[in-house]
Amino acid sequence: MNPIEILIDYWPRLLDGALMTIKLTFLGALIAALVSPGFALIRVRVSPLAQAPLRLYVSFMRGTPILAQLFLIFYGSGQFRPALEDWGLWTFFRDPFNCALLAFALNSTAYQTEILRGGIMGVPQGEIEAAKAVGMTWRKTLARVVFPHAYRIAWPALGNEFILLMKASALASVVTVFDLMGRTRQVFSKTFDFSVYLWAALIYLFMTAVFVFVWRQAERYLSRHIEARERPRTTTPTVKGTQA
Amino acid sequence: MTQPDIILQAEDIHKSFGNLEVLKGISLKARNHDVISILGSSGSGKSTFLRCLNFLEIPTSGKVTILGEEILVKNGKPQSARHIEQIRARLGMVFQQFNLWTHRTVLENVMEGPIHVKGTSKAEARDKAEALLKRVGLEERMQMYPSQLSGGQQQRVAIARALAMEPEAILFDEPTSALDPELVGEVLKVMQDLAAEGRTMIVVTHEMGFARDVSSEVVFLHQGRIAEQGPPEEMFTNPKTEVFERFIAKVR
Repeated sequence: MNPIEILIDYWPRLLDGALMTIKLTFLGALIAALVSPGFALIRVRVSPLAQAPLRLYVSFMRGTPILAQLFLIFYGSGQFRPALEDWGLWTFFRDPFNCALLAFALNSTAYQTEILRGGIMGVPQGEIEAAKAVGMTWRKTLARVVFPHAYRIAWPALGNEFILLMKASALASVVTVFDLMGRTRQVFSKTFDFSVYLWAALIYLFMTAVFVFVWRQAERYLSRHIEARERPRTTTPTVKGTQA
Repeated sequence: MTQPDIILQAEDIHKSFGNLEVLKGISLKARNHDVISILGSSGSGKSTFLRCLNFLEIPTSGKVTILGEEILVKNGKPQSARHIEQIRARLGMVFQQFNLWTHRTVLENVMEGPIHVKGTSKAEARDKAEALLKRVGLEERMQMYPSQLSGGQQQRVAIARALAMEPEAILFDEPTSALDPELVGEVLKVMQDLAAEGRTMIVVTHEMGFARDVSSEVVFLHQGRIAEQGPPEEMFTNPKTEVFERFIAKVR
């Protein structure tokens, strides 16, 4: 079979796998994105002793292979099945998709926490003071000054993390999730045609390319105040009565 | 008890950083329409004192009363932490480094406080911000970002931002010290206008001209204490302490 025929015959499966990959990656990154701002704040503001558990978690997630983490959850949960059944959690862990999602979310949370921590530490201190001086509560200051800056600073690194997660999600195929990699392996085991891997690679490449494009547009929007400085001033009106 | 025309009163403010005592008991009273200049050489504690007035720096001990709203501080802990934000909202502050929110336009900078602290409607905040920016001569720059403005322009935006909150008094922390010499004038002019219209202002400054000609009272800090205090004419023509005499001789 030539590569085109493979694609014609098996594209629905590959598409199905790609959708699963997207679902896994987006959900995992989204859960991490919801949890990490709080964790990042703890990393910045809480005393070293009180944040020790968080640091341990982050070190573990960043210091061990994601495949090992996935196995720990998938096979580990099987070991504790009676206990999990008692707690009513077995139905969750029985599904390999859930295990993979949990592993990716936990892993990405650790990375995103550290990325955002760097972003928060990069926020100009004077602007935080200005927010306080105008009477903003701490929550308002976070929402209006700290996080807008922190996300702008962290944005490229967060995009990087997302791409890494999307590629790492191929590991889910090892625990029988039929993501793009899983489907590809399935097709290969039927056809023994190597070219299906080539198609899979191209689909991954396409997905990351689209993501990079969208992410860059968002980055532009977030950095518009920095780009503005580069733009030449079209008008330099003199201001009456205020010349030095 | 406080008299009704006293806007701000600080009593026996102490502040230590570790073992270093920066403020050794400073008291100050600002009545309505007062323009108080705080002078002092570097390390005298003048900026620290100013920052204690709106609790950007928490004093080690002392009492700050703003329009009858009293905050007592003991052992570095304000006794009523809940009011601090409300008090800050009633005191404007202008910083040496402007500290504009760089990710927001000039107009948004001025609208931010009214909308997000006072709960003013957007339309109303915009009208007021536009009027204020016009007043400081920046109506043509409203849609720009702070990074596109000169230092003097940024500082004028910062003053408009403070005014937008309709503060009872405005604190200025060396507002012209970070400016190129040729830009100092435009900021001082705005401050002069504010003084002329009767704003209550407390100004930490190195501008002797402003202290002498614009302020109603001069306070000279030396090593964390008030060394000399009084009306500017008197202090500049007839300094009572040797330290202040040496100080004005040096900066002249």
